[in-house]
Amino acid sequence: MNKVVAGPSEAVRDIGDGATLLLGGFGLCGIPENCIASLVKMGVKNLTCVSNNAGVDDFGIGLLLQQKQVKKMISSYVGENAEFERQLLSGELQVELIPQGTLATRCLAAGYGMPAIFTPAGVGTEVAAGKEVRNFNGKDYLLEYAFDADFALVKAWKGDTMGNLIFHATARNFNPLMAMAGKITIAEVEELVPAGELDPDAIHTPGIYVQRIFQGTNYENRIEQRTVTRR
Amino acid sequence: MSLTKEQIAQRIARELRHGYYVNLGIGIPTLVANYIPAGMDVVLQSENGLLGMGPFPLEGEEDPDLINAGKQTITTVKGSVFFDSAVSFGMIRAGRVDLTVLGAMEVSDQGDIANWKIPGKMVKGMGGAMDLVASAENIIVAMMHVNKAGESKILKKCTLPLTGVGCVKKIVTELAVMEVTPNGFKLLERAPGVSVEHIIANTEANLIIEGEIPEMLIN
Repeated sequence: MNKVVAGPSEAVRDIGDGATLLLGGFGLCGIPENCIASLVKMGVKNLTCVSNNAGVDDFGIGLLLQQKQVKKMISSYVGENAEFERQLLSGELQVELIPQGTLATRCLAAGYGMPAIFTPAGVGTEVAAGKEVRNFNGKDYLLEYAFDADFALVKAWKGDTMGNLIFHATARNFNPLMAMAGKITIAEVEELVPAGELDPDAIHTPGIYVQRIFQGTNYENRIEQRTVTRR
Repeated sequence: MSLTKEQIAQRIARELRHGYYVNLGIGIPTLVANYIPAGMDVVLQSENGLLGMGPFPLEGEEDPDLINAGKQTITTVKGSVFFDSAVSFGMIRAGRVDLTVLGAMEVSDQGDIANWKIPGKMVKGMGGAMDLVASAENIIVAMMHVNKAGESKILKKCTLPLTGVGCVKKIVTELAVMEVTPNGFKLLERAPGVSVEHIIANTEANLIIEGEIPEMLIN
């Protein structure tokens, strides 16, 4: 059971115009840098991107936005990207802003084989518009559907040839959830090892969810807000 | 004298209790971490997947994989644990987080909060705020009493798109501490040297005022 592909261009080769993609990461932390670079190179268009954030102007999903490759973004917070804001206000880009926990749990539902979830997030707000509301034990909840995405692009710290993944620190964030939710999940890892080398107890994402894996290169791992304590 | 942002944070820190798990939002709420009383066991939750958030790293020790929900580089502390975003919002939704402190653009006397969108102007998104306010039992808002145009942000009814309905319990501003009661805002404390009349003049909503209103204790 070998899931290894040569590199990012082979991994994303069949992502076509109009595809729906789940992209892991929180801010610029734990984003699939190599896959994004390949999508920019391919010039694939009209993408629907589901990701907590939209990158910054010159990195992450911001690179796809610059090339006008994104038709629609589904995100919870997009505050750090001026080009995004410009495209949104001018109507070039469709945007659906959804609560962060709803985003996470709609991925979880897809990976768990459940069609929908109920969450209290957004009840009584414009997020609830057109959605079914159910009352359980005196409290209202919104019906939210599992994501139905063609591909998930995730970044892990370590992976093995069978697609088992381990994440590092807060770079885990949405990555394991999206890995479970994609019809085809592509994992790029900082270190790829032969099957059997990862401790089975330590694996976060079972390889059954991962269809393609490769060892990425030239990771920038950019820091968005460098905050330090003076020595 | 109205409080500085640091002093608002200082006042909110007095709401912390031993053993609390606390989620601090971006802005003034983040500053609350600087005023956790010595010896008090408080664990900070960062909704991007960390319990046990420590201070900023020493220069040169930043880890790009270790950030808080404001995307700032941080550190772990003894007993820290990482998890994915579904677990993170699972513990929030399940009410395991004892106290949530967040900022707001507007709060109404029904406890409604607006803090994620100014139509046609500001498009940032709600992040985790809608999940937090929909589930947390104990929500304190840290905010400025009036906006830059001098208009009150403490209202009978919010004018901006809502983040959550009937959820805010307490508000700490540069002028006052107020509690949301079934009958509206109740004035609990005033900033040192700030008169009740000044607070009333800067508050669009009605205030319930019972007896002498004490000054906040600020170091």
